[in-house]
Amino acid sequence: MRMAQRFSARWQGNPLLLGSLAFILIVTLGALLAPLLSPYAPGGFDEKRILENPGWDHWLGTDELGRDLLTRILYGARVSMVVGFGTALIALLIGTIYGSISGYAGGALDNLLMRIVDIFYGLPDLLIFILLSLLLGRNIAGILIALALVTWVRFARITRGQVLQAKELIYVDGAKAIGASHVRIILRHILPNILAPILVTLTFSVPAAILAESTLSFIGLGINDPYSAWGTSWGTLAQDGWRAMRTYPHIIFFPALAIFLTILAFNFLGNGLRDILDPKAR
Amino acid sequence: MARFLVKRIVHGLAVLWVVITLTFILLRITPGGPFDRERRLPPEVMANIEAKYHLDEPWLKQYGRYLRGILEGDLGPSYKYLDRNVSDIIADTFPTSALLGILALSFALIFSLPVGLCAAATRNRWADRGCVFLATLGISLPNFILGAVLIWFFSLKLGWFQAGRWGQLSSVVLPMITLGAASFAYLSYLLRSALLETLSEDFIRTARAKGLREINVLFKHALRNSFIPVLTVLGPLFAALVTGSFVVEYVFAIPGMGRFFITAVADRDYPLIMGVTLVYTTVLVCANLLVDLLYSLVDPRIKTH
Repeated sequence: MRMAQRFSARWQGNPLLLGSLAFILIVTLGALLAPLLSPYAPGGFDEKRILENPGWDHWLGTDELGRDLLTRILYGARVSMVVGFGTALIALLIGTIYGSISGYAGGALDNLLMRIVDIFYGLPDLLIFILLSLLLGRNIAGILIALALVTWVRFARITRGQVLQAKELIYVDGAKAIGASHVRIILRHILPNILAPILVTLTFSVPAAILAESTLSFIGLGINDPYSAWGTSWGTLAQDGWRAMRTYPHIIFFPALAIFLTILAFNFLGNGLRDILDPKAR
Repeated sequence: MARFLVKRIVHGLAVLWVVITLTFILLRITPGGPFDRERRLPPEVMANIEAKYHLDEPWLKQYGRYLRGILEGDLGPSYKYLDRNVSDIIADTFPTSALLGILALSFALIFSLPVGLCAAATRNRWADRGCVFLATLGISLPNFILGAVLIWFFSLKLGWFQAGRWGQLSSVVLPMITLGAASFAYLSYLLRSALLETLSEDFIRTARAKGLREINVLFKHALRNSFIPVLTVLGPLFAALVTGSFVVEYVFAIPGMGRFFITAVADRDYPLIMGVTLVYTTVLVCANLLVDLLYSLVDPRIKTH
């Protein structure tokens, strides 16, 4: 594991990378352990304690229905994390397979496949995403698939480019010479050697998905499932706060901060990973 | 040059056709229709409505009708706004969105130049790190959050700018910054990287060796050669500004096309959704074409064929 060694040698000099990793870990744990961490239910109305400022009982205050804001943010982290990681992983799967085939096959097939990618790539993500979510429904699964269908082209492009280079290398010729199958060559000989850029793309795809989901939820086109046991999207929480911003700015402040810091942490992580894995890129 | 132009235009038209067709199919297979209400309409009424909008015809015939309409500049009726058709709505709202987009892009381009230059040219480690930090910050800040923060601080606390009331100069500033901020951050970062690379090239050393002033080296030799990567992202960047405007128009209550798109999606106003999608795609195709042409202007070595 040379990658792991390089990683452990470099992280010490990069406090931003460490801090980001720690923050992501905290958010993930908070999402997983939300019911244990909070004495309140995410939908627990309390008509006696509405619109409270941050205080001892409610660390981040309450909203217009007396729901504890911290609890709602913790449960909301589940939505963001599932959407972020889920999208990135599905997109990774589709994109790398597509890109590998395109790059490995080359020629007319490559040309055709990349034309399709170009069309997807040129259109605004949010536009395709909104149109797709009409079809797939505005629940977590629908949003996840819609986002993945937008994100996979990044992986397809990067994988194809890398495969194009890697397939010319001498050890691939060697593998061909001893009669390895195409699938085996791609899986055993090419993919392991192009993991680094794919991993960096993966890291940047998570915050992009979180950003898109929270934005859509904010403008009212995101997840529309008020009775979800999952929790409410941070974007929806921010939307709730937006309407009361004039008088109760704390209700928008904390969800917005959660969104911003989480996206920031993933982007710093991506930057750090890129510096470590690909020292030439600046 | 002419052949290149024709090829790009044909490609652009193909993209447009694919997008129109896909959107058309997508909206037809989507469950739920524009006239579904909480209470079911009587079947006779439903049949009349469908006949009025030709929804009872086979898809292929509807598709043909729609394509013919586009060629004649008629994007069909809006299901929601009964007194206006889609072309009218777009003609009313598009100039606002376009103005906002152009302002935001200009803002991003103008301000990213000094930041990128400062980071790459001063050879100061902290200026450089600051630029990367700023860029990451800018890319991570969702524009609805930035918009909310700006409104809260400048409109509600200080009372400098008015939020809403589109049309006055002061109400344009905050949306412009909100929409352009991420592009500004990204462009600064990109320009910095490109400049760092150009500055390590041989011809820069030659320019310095023959005694040119540093300012001439930077502006005449380095900057011009660093514009290519910036140009390359202008197409996608434009796409980001276009979709960013959905959100920014929503936050600042700007009567632009993006806000209509959001309500059209919520209302399932299919012709309006299709019309707006079509306009966005056209704008993008034109922007990409323009970028392709600019390439050869900035760098004559790039042959256009």
